Amino acid sequence: MAFDPLLHRASAPEEDVIAGLGSRGAGSLLRDRAFILCLILLTSVGLVVLGVLLVTTGSDGIPQINADFINNFPSAFPERAGIQSAIWGTLWLMGVVAVVIIPLGVATALYLEEYADRSKWWNRAIEVNIQNLAAVPSIVYGILGLAYIVRGPLSLGRTVIAGGLTLALVVLPVVIITSREAIRAVPPSIKEGALALGATHWQAIWRQILPSSIPGIATGVILSLSRAIGETAPLILVGAATFVAFNPTGLDSPFTALPLQIFSWVSQPNSDFQAKAAAAIVVLLLILVLLNAVAIWLRSRFQRRW
Amino acid sequence: MVKTVPEAENPQIPAEPPAAPAAVSVPTPTVSHPEVVDNAIERPVFETRDLAVRYAGKPAVLGVSLKVPEKEITAFIGPSGCGKSTILRCLDRMNDLIPSATVEGTVLYHGHDLYGPGVDPVQVRKRIGMVFQKPNPFPKSIYENIAFGPRVLGLKGNMDEMVETALRRASLWDDVKDRLKDNAFGMSGGQQQRLCIARALATDPDVLLMDEPCSALDPISTGRIEDLMHELKNSVSIVIVTHNMQQAARVSDRTAFFIVDLDGGEDRRIGRLVEYGPTGRIFTNPHDTRTEEYVTGKFG
Repeated sequence: MAFDPLLHRASAPEEDVIAGLGSRGAGSLLRDRAFILCLILLTSVGLVVLGVLLVTTGSDGIPQINADFINNFPSAFPERAGIQSAIWGTLWLMGVVAVVIIPLGVATALYLEEYADRSKWWNRAIEVNIQNLAAVPSIVYGILGLAYIVRGPLSLGRTVIAGGLTLALVVLPVVIITSREAIRAVPPSIKEGALALGATHWQAIWRQILPSSIPGIATGVILSLSRAIGETAPLILVGAATFVAFNPTGLDSPFTALPLQIFSWVSQPNSDFQAKAAAAIVVLLLILVLLNAVAIWLRSRFQRRW
Repeated sequence: MVKTVPEAENPQIPAEPPAAPAAVSVPTPTVSHPEVVDNAIERPVFETRDLAVRYAGKPAVLGVSLKVPEKEITAFIGPSGCGKSTILRCLDRMNDLIPSATVEGTVLYHGHDLYGPGVDPVQVRKRIGMVFQKPNPFPKSIYENIAFGPRVLGLKGNMDEMVETALRRASLWDDVKDRLKDNAFGMSGGQQQRLCIARALATDPDVLLMDEPCSALDPISTGRIEDLMHELKNSVSIVIVTHNMQQAARVSDRTAFFIVDLDGGEDRRIGRLVEYGPTGRIFTNPHDTRTEEYVTGKFG
């Protein structure tokens, strides 16, 4: 039986009490060690898979990356194929996504956090649906984009704006959820302080709550962009081209994007194109790492202890 | 909803002539002697009549009728849960921010009904300053903290001067005049609270409501805030909620003692006003035995 000082304190002589403190017993120490080892092993499974992926992709792709690869347009000949139009297409898409999700996401988050009366069923319905929408597979948004944005009511065709709007739909729920968290993280005492000085609700939001939550909102927006940048399925459905030998010239221009370019090269039988795909993956990963680094920097730079 | 009890229908009115005429017009069921709530005040800043607050229908504090004098310090004391903060927050309509709270009765501010139809709570709060339990400076510079009030009020004039005046009134100017652009979060707790007082003074309110302003501060900072209150009472009326009886005795001119009434059982705790009058009398010659027990430290 395990030694319990609480049970024994009253009756046991002093040396017995001290004797129990020396060791926990070899058995329990061994179990502790085994458990920690188990956790380390399980953690390393994910890391090893990721590491192998990075190393093989990197060894195939990095030698391919040079000025020509970045500056050339897609080509039927692997030695001349590059990703200039894909990079510009991706940048245009991200521009559209950012312009759409920032006002929509922040406005929705502000409404839900500051104005929505949670005792009303429609406000609770909005909340639950936004949570659900965040979990909807992106291909479903692709179908939605095809039916209502590319064709249907908006009929924007297979253009940059149609692709951007579709991607914006994919990540909008995430932006709303992270913006709400950022707004909620501003302590109520700040709002009370502003209101007690005779500020209107809107003045308190615009001058105190929103400025205090901008770092959190920006982090959410950047993480959403980094998700949007890698989305492939919705773009395939809205009919982005995979072979575009020119940069987008405007919102109504046809486009391609990095993940689509990768997708099209991977499906080529010629193994030289596979290496090009690996190189494009490396470029895409670099952009992602850069975006996430900015998000982490923002979060730590403006992190506030209230 | 405004509930008023007509005089004639209230059987609780005692036969003997009360000391204060106001006490007759607004009797409260729990007060057994009219002189216990001494409302003999000529020109009150606030007058509450049978004020009650309920949260989601459950009464939190009932039947509070008192007058707050001008250019004096009035302290609300009592054990936790007695509704003293709740009553304080009725005086600048901060309870409007709690959706489940309902306020009954009347609150007169210089004779105007604060809960009357067409009264905008924002306009009320522009005239009445408030300082909270925990210092809550905005995460901005010291200057911007003070300038916020005048800006939202759209006050015209030299902002630098307004900021300096407010900081001087809160005797904070000499401490911070060289670092007005620094973030307010870098100040000590006591300085932050004085900044919050300066921020409230920047819009030149005629009342300052203070909700346990020293409960998060050390004794030295507390002393400085109490000195400040003495200086300020020449220009503003102050209502302070405090759980610290010594503080009430030190700073206030009049004291209101609240209690938690358990007559409905543990789950129905109702705050009530027990006794109100000049601070000296409340502490040396309380008329109600519960006040006496509280101020002598027998409970609370």
